[in-house]
Amino acid sequence: MKPAPFAYTRAKTLKEAVTLLAKHKDDARLLAGGQSLIATLNMRLSAPDLLIDINGIKNLNGIAKKGKYVEIGALARHAQVEHSELIAKHAPLIALAMPHIGHPAIRNRGTFGGSIAFADPAAELPACLLALGGEIDIAGPRGKRKVKADAFFKGLFETALRPQEMITAVRVPAADKATRVGFAELARRHGDYAIVGLAASARSNAKGLGDVRLAYFGVGDTPVRPKKAEAALASGDIDAAVKALDLDPNDDVQATAKTKKHLAGVLLRRVAKQLMEPRG
Amino acid sequence: MSNYAVDISLTVNGERVQSRVDARKTLVDFLRDDLSLTGSHVGCEHGVCGACTVCVDGEIVRGCLMLAAQCDGTKVVTIEGLSDSGEVADLQTAFEQRNALQCGFCTPGMLAAAQDLLKRSKKVPSRGEIREHLSGNYCRCTGYHAIVDAVEAVAQGRAKGR
Repeated sequence: MKPAPFAYTRAKTLKEAVTLLAKHKDDARLLAGGQSLIATLNMRLSAPDLLIDINGIKNLNGIAKKGKYVEIGALARHAQVEHSELIAKHAPLIALAMPHIGHPAIRNRGTFGGSIAFADPAAELPACLLALGGEIDIAGPRGKRKVKADAFFKGLFETALRPQEMITAVRVPAADKATRVGFAELARRHGDYAIVGLAASARSNAKGLGDVRLAYFGVGDTPVRPKKAEAALASGDIDAAVKALDLDPNDDVQATAKTKKHLAGVLLRRVAKQLMEPRG
Repeated sequence: MSNYAVDISLTVNGERVQSRVDARKTLVDFLRDDLSLTGSHVGCEHGVCGACTVCVDGEIVRGCLMLAAQCDGTKVVTIEGLSDSGEVADLQTAFEQRNALQCGFCTPGMLAAAQDLLKRSKKVPSRGEIREHLSGNYCRCTGYHAIVDAVEAVAQGRAKGR
């Protein structure tokens, strides 16, 4: 199908983008990578009056280490993050997840900020951000604010973003020697949205693992942390963690709830192994 | 300031193009309808099938997930450009020899994606890497095996020629 008619404008600065959003409110949508938005426009699942193209805003696509954090600009393309040496070194979980996001042609356009703002429940990056305990920088008509990943993903495609706000960057703790990460997903075709996926981080300590954060995707309205399984894994018992998996997935077009729950256990075993191995 | 029609100026297959396009027109529809470059195909129109794959500023993209209005100032290369320049001549020959196309609908996108992989690979890609790079391109005749064969053969041939 073809999109319903809309007007198009290019915002050259962050201020211009936020001002336009404030003026047009729900009638406008920001156009970043467009890899989800244009698909929904083509299928007429969405019909905004105005697209505000933010691709020309400068200084929103940087990737930098800032003290103990890695900061990724909202307009950083997936391909740029995928091939970044800084990400490979300081944000290894994100590096592991990148090849699973769509296909090369999609990764050349799709943006990090766009994926977080869209918050597809089966997408990789929201789960990575949750597993890492990241933070989201937001700009709006009333200035800037920060929201923790734990408080950002509210419901199905619903986030803490207000209608007149946009994401400017995300921040995750930079990996150090004690950082352990793991990632696995099951999809029907490489690059498709996951049937079930799992992003995880932990810190190795004298007793094994601490600060275990498991973030499942494809099993609920948002990325989900099974806190009982996290606690069991921290005590070093993988079988107990699989048994304790506190997830409540629904049936969807890809699999039944029962299958998803089973696959979540399979992924937990794979990822637990990755968490327990030292980083190479 | 904001408009339902947008003036764009870009390069398509090396030729300068200036046009006024509907804001809602996708790149692939612009190429096909306005420039009569019908080699890029329109399949699913939501980024799943890869039949509309074209190069923008040297990178492959989905022609259905980018607006023509976003292509102002870019360099676009379509399958017509890739084949006229001879850049994919060996791939085309290998596809023909190995029966890597049946109905041919996916072939322009397959060639563009395959060329993207071969251009970027410093060594001969494995069959797994070829499959992964072409994973975003559907062939509904399901001739994937022959397609991977053809791409692998060209990768080996080009490596020998280097």
